[in-house]
Amino acid sequence: MSGTATGPTGEAGDGARRAAGPPDSPDEVRRRLENVGYLVDEGLATACFLALRLHRPVFCEGDAGVGKTSLAGALAGMLGAPLIRLQCYEGIDASQALYDWDFPRQLLHLRAAEAAGVTDVEGLEAELYDRRFLVERPLLQALRIQPSVLLVDEVDRADDEFEAFLLELLSEYSVTVPELGTLRATTPPVVVLTSNRTREVHDALKRRCLYHWFDHPGFARELAIVRSRLPAVSARLAEQVTALVQALRSEELVKPPGVAETIDWAEALDALGATELDAELAVSTLGSVLKYREDTERARSMDLSAVLALRAAGA
Amino acid sequence: MTAVDGGAAVLVGFARALRAAGLDAGPDRVQTFLRALDVLGPRRRTDVYWAGRLTLCGGQDDLDRYDRVFAGYFGPRAWPEGPRARPLPPAPPPPRLVVRPTDRVPGGAREEDRRPGAAAALASPAEVLRHRDVAALTAAERDQVRRLLAAFSLRGEPRRSARLRPARRGVVDPRRTVRDWLRRGGEPARLRRRARAERPRRVVLLVDVSGSMAAYADALLRFAHAAAHRGPAGSRSATEVFTVGTRLTRVTAALEHRDPDAALAAVAAAVPDWRGGTRLGEMLRAFLDRWGQRGMARGAVVVVLSDGWERGDPALLAAQMRRLHRLAHRVVWANPRKARPGYAPLAAGMAAALPSVDAFVEGHSLAALEHLAAVVRGAEDA
Repeated sequence: MSGTATGPTGEAGDGARRAAGPPDSPDEVRRRLENVGYLVDEGLATACFLALRLHRPVFCEGDAGVGKTSLAGALAGMLGAPLIRLQCYEGIDASQALYDWDFPRQLLHLRAAEAAGVTDVEGLEAELYDRRFLVERPLLQALRIQPSVLLVDEVDRADDEFEAFLLELLSEYSVTVPELGTLRATTPPVVVLTSNRTREVHDALKRRCLYHWFDHPGFARELAIVRSRLPAVSARLAEQVTALVQALRSEELVKPPGVAETIDWAEALDALGATELDAELAVSTLGSVLKYREDTERARSMDLSAVLALRAAGA
Repeated sequence: MTAVDGGAAVLVGFARALRAAGLDAGPDRVQTFLRALDVLGPRRRTDVYWAGRLTLCGGQDDLDRYDRVFAGYFGPRAWPEGPRARPLPPAPPPPRLVVRPTDRVPGGAREEDRRPGAAAALASPAEVLRHRDVAALTAAERDQVRRLLAAFSLRGEPRRSARLRPARRGVVDPRRTVRDWLRRGGEPARLRRRARAERPRRVVLLVDVSGSMAAYADALLRFAHAAAHRGPAGSRSATEVFTVGTRLTRVTAALEHRDPDAALAAVAAAVPDWRGGTRLGEMLRAFLDRWGQRGMARGAVVVVLSDGWERGDPALLAAQMRRLHRLAHRVVWANPRKARPGYAPLAAGMAAALPSVDAFVEGHSLAALEHLAAVVRGAEDA
């Protein structure tokens, strides 16, 4: 289904656990995110810091593959909190996002009570709407498990009505289940919303959030990301791949490659046993970075070896 | 020696400057901004920059304006490097449209005006003036708007959605069935069923507002307005409207006013490139890069309202039309000049675009626009 709760990622390790607790400056946020393998710039570090201190959701927009979704995982690792993910889709509603009653089990319980000859009607009714028959969906989980990191992925895919519902939840951090009462999070979850801008998300929701636009990283930072994700890849190869992707990005492409593609490419080349990149090898593995035929043709017509040579001369 | 030390007043002044630049920096956002600065502690320039950018901006479009206002307000020192995604194409900003009433020139009707059927959708000769007037409308125009409003609900053709709705036949809906039984004390009763719901496809209108389309742009935008406000049950956001010229402008929000005059005035204020040239290929690429490919054009009915006069490279237009055609469910091109006797798609842009167009229709009159609406609905093909 839509929601899964996973523990902190493995790489979180001791560093994160030791430092668990609210960070007291954007710099510390950056350091601790680096410890879990996620490199951020000043803006994003400030955004995360403010999100933690002001209990505001971070609204992430940007091209695909720039690390919007993995930010939530990194925050979970950093805080040693579980990551709870809600994938939005068209037609999602409260019973899929918040909670639902386990009707078959209620029915079973009712039948069993009948067979046992229970006569306490009121007691039986109260039992029917007990916590144990409540099916928790991601949003309710995020309020109950404290602390937690809630990722609302691709919120632009959900309908308007769902946005309004989300806004209500994110401003109060509380939920009322008519049969059970109100559940309020004393420590609100850290919330990350991502959008691909297929639809303009309503302004009221954005106003509630900290807005961060994800740019493609510059050469130095992208290289650092590749190196930290793929420590086994040779320094030379990582540098060349990053330089080439940066060069490709400045071309007019249908789909400019994201950081995710850079990592894929470096990984693919490493799997081929390469420690250095030449134009021929680059062209034969372009499929890892460029996913449109037009783009591949465009890249073929570029002078790739010149880009590589430039990088070699600059290094 | 940052100017920030002056305290909250300076920051509120900054927010006011942002509002003047067109950002939606309302009181709630400003309050968040001040709280953010409070949490960040001693105010460094970069902290102010990022705190403001995170709390006062609401979209990618705001970022450039924010940077400019920030530099203007706090002095033009370089702010921390945040490389902009892609440099915008260098487009010299043509003079903005000024809304102001102009006198109508009586008579002097042009050749098109005399064509029967075409007259209703054609603009009056007063619009030959550089600054067109959308504020003052003649009674005849108002009448025409009413007719447009009555005539059009631009519904996309239906498609099956992912959503399941209760239905008489279809697969069994366990949730509703069991809930029903539970209500009867666990007594098995009728099976409830559900089936896939149908929804209209999204409609995307790309309206050419360049000089060569000037006579039609007003009528077409009114059409777009009518189309965006479908019947009472129609949900919003099913129709997206863009204007195309030397810039691409998303005017869906501007068209949200119920009143067509107010909506058109808002569009006039939002669109910077009335009556300029057309760079259809480039604009189409901008549309596809920013909106279309991310999902707006996917499975949608895309309507281009243009005469196909392309100033740029027709090859680029052809390539972008192919791209659009692969994304969209159907591509409809409405060309007001198609109705002229002896018309042949000779304009380089039009010829380049046609292979990727599913339906090529007219768009010069009310009747033609009605036909267009029918094509979009999937009722008939052209």
